Amino acid sequence: MSQSIDVAYVSELARIALTDDETKLFQGQLETIVDYVEKINGLDLDNIKPTMHGQVSTNFFRDDVVSPSLDREAVLDNAPARTDSEFKLPKIVEDA
Amino acid sequence: MEDIATLTLAGALDGLKKKEFSSVELNQALVDSIDKKDGDLKAYLKMDPEYILKQAAESDQKRAAGDDSSLLGVPIAIKDLINVKGESCSCASRQLEKYNALYDATVAAKLRYAGAVFAGRTNMDEFAMGSSTENSAFQITRNPHNLECVPGGSSGGSAAAVAGGEAIAALGTDTGGSIRQPASFCGCVGMKPSYGRVSRYGVTAYASSLDQVGPMTKTVEDAAILLKELAGFDPHDGTTLDVKVPDYQAHLTGGMKGLKIGLPKEFYVDGSDPEVSQAVLKAVESCRAAGAEIVDVSLPHTEYAIAVYYILATAEASANLARFDGVRFGHRAESPKSVFDLYAQSRAEGFGTEVKRRIILGTYVLSSGYYDAYYGKAQKARTLIREDYTKAFEKCDVLMTPVSPTPAYKIGEASQDPLKMYLGDIFTVPANLAGICGISLPCGSTRGGLPVGLQILGPAFGEERILKTAYAFEQMQGA
Repeated sequence: MSQSIDVAYVSELARIALTDDETKLFQGQLETIVDYVEKINGLDLDNIKPTMHGQVSTNFFRDDVVSPSLDREAVLDNAPARTDSEFKLPKIVEDA
Repeated sequence: MEDIATLTLAGALDGLKKKEFSSVELNQALVDSIDKKDGDLKAYLKMDPEYILKQAAESDQKRAAGDDSSLLGVPIAIKDLINVKGESCSCASRQLEKYNALYDATVAAKLRYAGAVFAGRTNMDEFAMGSSTENSAFQITRNPHNLECVPGGSSGGSAAAVAGGEAIAALGTDTGGSIRQPASFCGCVGMKPSYGRVSRYGVTAYASSLDQVGPMTKTVEDAAILLKELAGFDPHDGTTLDVKVPDYQAHLTGGMKGLKIGLPKEFYVDGSDPEVSQAVLKAVESCRAAGAEIVDVSLPHTEYAIAVYYILATAEASANLARFDGVRFGHRAESPKSVFDLYAQSRAEGFGTEVKRRIILGTYVLSSGYYDAYYGKAQKARTLIREDYTKAFEKCDVLMTPVSPTPAYKIGEASQDPLKMYLGDIFTVPANLAGICGISLPCGSTRGGLPVGLQILGPAFGEERILKTAYAFEQMQGA
């Protein structure tokens, strides 16, 4: 059986506010999916090295040269709210 | 001019070069075709005739001035998660409904450099998560062979556009089969290059260790033409490898003689639709008759591929999509009460059901106490799957398999059961896990008239080999 995924708790970690109906729906569906993926426990994985990338390659570094950045106006235009030169955010400090 | 429905990329380039038609005429014909057909197919999220014809007019001027860039004046449809500067890029999500790309993805810059016309934004499953394009926040795309059926996904819009006479060629992306499976469902050619062959810079990330961009076309030759333009090392994407890009088109020669084709027994098991297995085996038989040697191979860890994929892909997705927080771009909830609320409400309102499901699964498998049990183990199991392919390619040149266990299914038929939908990816996800290349091309159809695809898999950076094999098969089919 599933190691009991707790959808209400995990959705909080994922910063997604689920409705009660969604929580209930996902709880059932994700238990089934988690049960399924646990089939990898049937494999003997001792002494197997993990594959982390699609292709074996080593880090490479770009030259540290100055190049143009994104256009500020265009970036701010994509923001949900803006001032002339900055992102505008709702007040986040709670009243005392 | 030939009908857009049958005009190939090679044919369009030839016609333009020979001045049989101008780019404006070509693109006007495309716009007319989309106008006529997209009411039914709904392959495009956005198509702006004025913008297309302006690019076409510019390319005609360039040609008149002696420019002979490789894709000059030819329209290419773009899956809506590839950034093209100044164009919308919604990823079929409410989250990015109003987003405009700030820069060109490397593949877009390459198309621009080659002179291509950006022809419109094709529909997809939201953030490429899905196998039917039903997860788009905006519209349901229909299969051109049967409007009641799905086009496959996630690149369902690109596949339907190419197969349905609404595009000459298109770009898609493939994380677990999202190019190959819709190509199979719609009856066109779709290629997933090896990991590291094509840059993903500027392509909205789903699962970064698996994502690849590739061509969706009407013929194998067109796939070869387009891949040459897309492939290559990119300093903006550290996962691309500095390996020479061959002239794939020039190498489309030779037949089946001497070719060793491997049949992995794990791909020919009960559970597949018999019409699919029959069509694929008939294709293999015709290759044997044409001189290929067929060898049995085994990929023993295939049965674990779906489990490994849905652990790794959702884990990576949960990290990649953490950027959507309602602050700098994307959807923001009205009047959040706290910082937590700003994030959690904005994400709840911006993401669709499947995206939420995958982010939550991915968050779970990465969460404290479970990381080793799921993510760590899946990475090790991935090594076993990879080694299966390395061993198989010691015995054969290419592998031939079905693309999907079923042909296209009815809209709404699988969308209520996520695990059932995931299991349909069994024949495509291993290539992404192993980092190898694969191509899907039509090999027949069901009695109901739905296309069946043949998958040809090759080793990492073996694109030349699978294109040659696919081309030889396509020639046999046509003959």
